[in-house]
Amino acid sequence: MSAITDPPQGSFRLSMLINDTRYRSYTFQALAAIVLALCLGFFYANVSTNLAAAGLNISYDFLGSPAGYDINQRLIEYDSQSSNARAAVVGILNTLLVAFLACVTATVFGVLAGVLRLSNNWLVSKLMAFYVEIFRNIPVLIWILIIFTIMIAVLPGPRAFRGDEPEARMLLDLFAFTNRGVYTPGPYFTRGLGLEGNGGINWLIVLGVLVASFFGTRAVTARANATQEATGIRPNTLWTNLAIWFLPVIVLLFVLGLKWDIPELKGFNFAGGIKVGGPLIALWFALSIYTGAFIAENVRAGIQAVSKGQTEAAGALGLRPGRIMSLVVLPQALRVIIPPLISQYLNITKNSSLAIAVGYADITATLGGITLNQTGRAIECVLLLMLFYLTISLLISTFMNIYNNSVKLKER
Amino acid sequence: MSDTQAHMAAFVRTETLPQLDPPVTERGIVKWMRENLFSSIPNGILTLAAFAVIYSILSSALPWILNGVWTTSSLSECREVLEGATGACFSVLTERWNQLMFGFVYPSDQYWRPTLAFVLLFVAAAPVMFFDLPRKLLIFTALFPFIAYYLIWGGTILVPILALVGVVAGVMVYRQLVAGSFAMGFFGGVVAAVVVWAIGGLLIPDGANDTAALQAVPSRDLGGFMLNMMLGVVCVSLSIPLGIALALGRQSSMPLIKWICVIFIEFIRGVPLITLLFVASVMLAYLFPPGTTTDLFLRVVIMITMFSSAYIAEVIRGGLAALPKGQYEAADSLGLDYAQAMRLIILPQALKISIPGIVNIAVGLFKDTTLVSVISMFDVVGMIRGPLSAATEWNGIYWELYGFAALLFFVVCYGISQYSQWLERRLATDHR
Amino acid sequence: MKNTVFFGALAVAGLSAGAAAAGTLDDVKARGTLNCGVTTGLVGFAAPDANGVWEGFDVGICRAVAAAVLGDADAVEFIPTTGKTRFTALASGEIDMLARNTTWTFSRDVDLKFEFVGINYYDGQGFLAPKALGVTSAKDLDGATVCVQTGTTTELNLADFFRANNISYEPVPIETNAEGQQQYLAGACDTYTTDASGLAATRATFENPGDHILLPEIISKEPLGPLVRHGDNDWGDTVRWTLNALITAEELGVTSANIEELAAAPTNNPEINRLLGTAGELGAMLGLEPNWAMMAIKAGGNYGELFEKNIGENTPIGLARGLNAMWTEGGLIYSPPFR
Repeated sequence: MSAITDPPQGSFRLSMLINDTRYRSYTFQALAAIVLALCLGFFYANVSTNLAAAGLNISYDFLGSPAGYDINQRLIEYDSQSSNARAAVVGILNTLLVAFLACVTATVFGVLAGVLRLSNNWLVSKLMAFYVEIFRNIPVLIWILIIFTIMIAVLPGPRAFRGDEPEARMLLDLFAFTNRGVYTPGPYFTRGLGLEGNGGINWLIVLGVLVASFFGTRAVTARANATQEATGIRPNTLWTNLAIWFLPVIVLLFVLGLKWDIPELKGFNFAGGIKVGGPLIALWFALSIYTGAFIAENVRAGIQAVSKGQTEAAGALGLRPGRIMSLVVLPQALRVIIPPLISQYLNITKNSSLAIAVGYADITATLGGITLNQTGRAIECVLLLMLFYLTISLLISTFMNIYNNSVKLKER
Repeated sequence: MSDTQAHMAAFVRTETLPQLDPPVTERGIVKWMRENLFSSIPNGILTLAAFAVIYSILSSALPWILNGVWTTSSLSECREVLEGATGACFSVLTERWNQLMFGFVYPSDQYWRPTLAFVLLFVAAAPVMFFDLPRKLLIFTALFPFIAYYLIWGGTILVPILALVGVVAGVMVYRQLVAGSFAMGFFGGVVAAVVVWAIGGLLIPDGANDTAALQAVPSRDLGGFMLNMMLGVVCVSLSIPLGIALALGRQSSMPLIKWICVIFIEFIRGVPLITLLFVASVMLAYLFPPGTTTDLFLRVVIMITMFSSAYIAEVIRGGLAALPKGQYEAADSLGLDYAQAMRLIILPQALKISIPGIVNIAVGLFKDTTLVSVISMFDVVGMIRGPLSAATEWNGIYWELYGFAALLFFVVCYGISQYSQWLERRLATDHR
Repeated sequence: MKNTVFFGALAVAGLSAGAAAAGTLDDVKARGTLNCGVTTGLVGFAAPDANGVWEGFDVGICRAVAAAVLGDADAVEFIPTTGKTRFTALASGEIDMLARNTTWTFSRDVDLKFEFVGINYYDGQGFLAPKALGVTSAKDLDGATVCVQTGTTTELNLADFFRANNISYEPVPIETNAEGQQQYLAGACDTYTTDASGLAATRATFENPGDHILLPEIISKEPLGPLVRHGDNDWGDTVRWTLNALITAEELGVTSANIEELAAAPTNNPEINRLLGTAGELGAMLGLEPNWAMMAIKAGGNYGELFEKNIGENTPIGLARGLNAMWTEGGLIYSPPFR
């Protein structure tokens, strides 16, 4: 019998490379390595002969030369004499901006729709089902174009606000909705540091105070918990917390002399205040409602995944309905909801590349669009573009893995 | 005793009372409304809000749709017919129907060819989608790619026949060799097919396309919704086998193969489709040998197929991971080798679990085919954004066109997702 | 199973690839059609009509080249390109020539390795604005929102112009002329800037063209011309001399109406004879038929006829000859001699 379990003895034969399980995997891997190397070599040879034939070369020097074009939506200083690299950074920040805004609103839409779809109100749940089906089954590009067209074709141009009997009026004299974007009052400081610049340091101070308030409320809550543990009575922390949140900020803003800059029609456009450009709104809103429909389905699945027994068991322990939701159902539902939610965030970031269809200056439109066209450096630009998106998605998936490990069911 | 009691009672009802209707609040539509619409005050508010939303949508959309004009030949004529009333100008759809469906360069006397291919697609897809149909129909499914290729591109019939002969040769060699080992059979089949194609390619005479029964149509002439359908169908069917291979490769115990698959999948999933399309439109030309010109359609098919195969691989990997370990061990204990175990035990179960996920990817991919409009291909969205909005007579018409495109996609995608739900119920073999 | 469609297509691609290695002129002859890159749609220059037939001034150049090389003005595949895809399409060999109002610049010629074979339209960048805006000069546009096509020289000129005049503006990047038109008409931008000829063509498609004016400033030189790849001089010569033939034909008074008559027998003018192939061997030197130029001129008429038919003053676009008049009439259109 032992002869069967022993590996076959004898000299090495060539057929063993494919028939003997000990060698077979090496054979396949060697084959794969050869094929891979051949493919890469083939592509490399083609690229170098093609480039040589066209008299081109691979070089990233163009990043340092002046871009030559202007960008209307920018979060950092930029003009047409700035470098292509700076134009790319403007694009990266714009991508991150629209992705962040859309993630927040998509979550709000998605959670609302997901919860309402489970509501026992027949009409509301049907309406939400309708919303989800309509938005999930129509391409996001069409949604972006539709909403952008609504923006420019339905909203009035700034010209309509002019004259004694204007066709359009500002909302409350504070907000202007035009087909170039929405203008809202913008805050600024009249006292404080660094006013010659853009006064960004003042905003950092405000942010610092808010962070301090956050830790302040954490401390108050911790002390309340300790008191409750010791005496069984929970002190009312609501007013203390509200005071910690609001009082210091209000005092600080007063000290810094906060004023509001109201948009006003000057020349061709509204001036003053904060402008949220039409392409940004179209992209932001379209990504939000489209992805919101997907998130709604995730939320619904998450809530339904918590078995009814859990709710009943919590009820049997004497928990009130609000506590059942926050202590029993939600923590379990979130475990199901969060991973797909994060991959939806990833999708938003990737879909934001459709900005190019509405002229929003994200990274695909600056680096992968205008810079690529003006310099003709197609290979370099596309590679940099992919590198950026890869980095973002690797960061997000790393974060997701850390989260998944931390909420994994701890089996002992 | 009973008599006395009977006498003492002043009145005894001898028959049961007729059943009264429940109170008006507890029956019929009122009860339903109380339970489903106005069960509590917040619920009532929600209901009223929902009614307001529905009313505002319908009150603006319905007159617009019902007043629609279908028969004029330009937007200004539409406006004359409507005389200032709200109403859609659907004439753009009737007048430009062919352009929306087939693009603006597909020869207009040949429209029957893609239409026929579209109808045949249903015949070919039916036996795959519905298992109750006779299995012999699968022969037609196998032939369909060649028929569709011939119908849409036309040209000499020798090309699809040659392709078919190559496949048949490959399958025959595979059957011969597979008894030895799966790998031998598979690679042998591939080699046989390639040899047949290479030899056959030399045999097709130059200029065979000029004398062909069906006029040859270059693929850059494809457009409209037909292009979306073609990209969707071709890329999904190509990416399923690729996706299976990638998923198996990612599960493989051979580190090199595993890492190639992991890097490929993560790379593709990490970048947006639009950058891959940029690669297809501006970069891929540099990767091919000098002098070759591969048309844009083929380049786009390659990139979209790579894109969707990475996503499908991840879905199938989920299906493989969901199988109990016992299945793998059982296959091993039966003495099956890797290829047999996968083919006979693992994949049939894993694929069944993955079907809903694969269908989701397919729907997403079909929607993503609209992105080709960004690289100046004239799919239905590209037609709307390009030639149609540039046309003088239809200047300034948007809603009808975008609404129409949205409707097309909704019908297809909603249909597929309903099918997927039906399939999921159908395949649920666990006992409940 | 559907793999085979893929391989079938690959096989077809491989077959066509076999022929593609020789020079472009031989490729075109072998293929039997000319692949000509044009815009995605600019009325007057290149746009498909309702039946999908391409028409326009640039299209006329393509047809002339096809007629000269292949003897058939309809043997052209028109490949629509955007500002983004046009150069890649040409560099990768997807198109044989690009006739898409492309500006001849140093970097495109030298750095991107293209060869501009001539200039068929002398243009300059202008601004289109609604009359109601009350603007009379581009220098009044301080703070205006400007629609501009991305990936073009106009985008760079615009930035330079506003920077040099120290006035501010807000660019709205758009992808195609159709989108620019949509946004401009909706009032999403105050003014639309591109080549003056393109503006005139765009304005011609408006419902009320009279409500819009072209501002007087022309802020750049935009010599537009057809281009081919660097390094294929035979093909470059073919396209260059086809264009020159059209120009010379106008200069010599050869039109599509009288060309049959002039080509039937040698005339008294030796240059006409050389041009039309009734004397000399100019066609053979290019590797074409002796009557190549005659075919090219017959395809759509000489330069002046093409101009008048597609973009001239009697068309909705209504462009005056201006700089594009013959040099004999004070313009810049000039062809080297056929000798």
